[in-house]
Amino acid sequence: MFSIIKRRLLQLVFVVFVLSLFTFGLMKLAPGDPVMTILNADEMMVTEADQTKLRSELGFDQPIYVQYGQWVLGVVQLDLGKSYVTGKPVINEMAERMPITAQLTAGALLVMVSISVPLGIISARYPGKWPDQISRILALIGASIPSFWLGLMLIYFFAFKLQLLPTTGIGSFSHMILPSFSLGFSLSAVYARLLRAGLLESLSEDYIQAARARGVKEGRILWFHAFRAALLPVITVFGLSIGSMLGGAVVIEILFSWPGLGSMVIDAIFSRDYPVIQGYVLLTGVLVVVVNLLVDLSYYWIDPRIKQKEEGTT
Amino acid sequence: MKTAYALLMRSSFSRFKVKRYKPLALIGFIGLAVIVLLTIIGPFIVPNDPFTANMAERLAAPSLSYPLGTDHMGRCIFSRLVIGSQTTLGITAIVVATVILIGIPLGLLSGYIGGRFDSFMMRMADGFIALPEFILAIAIAGFLGPSLFNLMIAVVLVKWISYTRVVRSIVLSEREKEYILAARVGGSSTWRIITKHLLPQVISPVLVLATLDIGKVILIISSLSYLGLGAQPPAPEWGAMLNDGRPYFQTIPELMIYPGMAIFLVVLSCNLIGEGLRDKLDVKSI
Repeated sequence: MFSIIKRRLLQLVFVVFVLSLFTFGLMKLAPGDPVMTILNADEMMVTEADQTKLRSELGFDQPIYVQYGQWVLGVVQLDLGKSYVTGKPVINEMAERMPITAQLTAGALLVMVSISVPLGIISARYPGKWPDQISRILALIGASIPSFWLGLMLIYFFAFKLQLLPTTGIGSFSHMILPSFSLGFSLSAVYARLLRAGLLESLSEDYIQAARARGVKEGRILWFHAFRAALLPVITVFGLSIGSMLGGAVVIEILFSWPGLGSMVIDAIFSRDYPVIQGYVLLTGVLVVVVNLLVDLSYYWIDPRIKQKEEGTT
Repeated sequence: MKTAYALLMRSSFSRFKVKRYKPLALIGFIGLAVIVLLTIIGPFIVPNDPFTANMAERLAAPSLSYPLGTDHMGRCIFSRLVIGSQTTLGITAIVVATVILIGIPLGLLSGYIGGRFDSFMMRMADGFIALPEFILAIAIAGFLGPSLFNLMIAVVLVKWISYTRVVRSIVLSEREKEYILAARVGGSSTWRIITKHLLPQVISPVLVLATLDIGKVILIISSLSYLGLGAQPPAPEWGAMLNDGRPYFQTIPELMIYPGMAIFLVVLSCNLIGEGLRDKLDVKSI
């Protein structure tokens, strides 16, 4: 077990390394001179001496690998640099906005689970019948509808026409409903299909037959015997889709004017505030890698057969 | 992450298809054919120039000269929708083609040659997969500046991985089979084995993957254009049109309904075709 964790952690370190090279490289490739960006922000005359001074303050006169080293050293100490626009540390800005994005993602997850689990189970219980058909059609629609457009339509009907819910902004529980649904809907249908496929597959396994032969009731088999095995692919996809969720959150945050990480990075892009973009990309990447690591480790807990298999081979 | 991927490949999809829905695939095919046809003959049939602003007629209701009305600058919405499909579909076609042309050779080589090259490729893929496609697109648009071309680079950079991985996994399982061994013993060169024996094996899975990806690529492009990171004004692109219509949304929701509907229908058609192909070609690994 520990050797598995060790291997995964090494992998994690490597992926984060690639990620850091990537964001650092993009930062260097970006057009425009950051020194000029910062100096011009004050709207004063920029002299040659000012430029040289700031350049050496920022370490831009050092060789590129030294710059990379210093940057990494900073990142490890949670120093992601300062915003060109506000002059505040990037990490503080992100810490302020993180809870808002987390709230949105959690809401979307809740929507997802409460739609996909019942739908998946019902369609596995009655494959080919009408609940199954409906879940299939919902999955197709979910995979085809642009989430921001779904959000717009929801705003139109529920906020403008029916005046039931607030249009945009944050605050109360009712502010959360439309954004969470817009973000969670498309994935929930996909999950329902996955859960169904997983359930059907595990229902045909020997141990289920054995349970049936012992006279265990069908409903109990579904919930207690098959469900656990069917969780695996669902959790896998959860790991792989945490990324698209964070990506989707960007559009939804803009649409509903939520001041989260997504709106932060879009603002930063339009004002060419590179340290903020860099911080965001790095944070998201690390988050995705860590979640996937946890997902991988959860397999050993959910399905002991995997652990036995891996330890047998390594 | 490797386990995650292997499990996903192994168990989650479509081993149990209770019913085959061929008619749906046909509907998708017809839908896409109509849209592609409209895109091709679009320039000849549009009633107005999609770029000409006419402030006297701004936000006009549908009429004979403007079948779907006009937008906030008095431009014909119908014409912009039709011409906009050129941007959306054209870009998507280029992106998917590029991704296939990169993904297949790399996957073939990685799987067949193996060794250091393979582990290098797979580590690269691991690094890229940590970045969700949308975030990567944002990163590239953010650092290199918002433009359609940068958006295309971003999508290609993310998408090649899944193709390389699928091709590689097929090659890995085919490589040790007897017909390949026989070819090798018979003196076939590596090049010949790869092109004559392995390449045909990967065509159908890649085809299915590509059809299902077309929809995703369209969604990414239009979402980013909606955010202002893709197509730049005054170019007619569906996502950008949605962005243009946003301020008038409350009074004239049609400005947003039409482009959104267009995106939805195209993506739905592609997904229907993709699912149909997956069943038809019996590709289980995607």
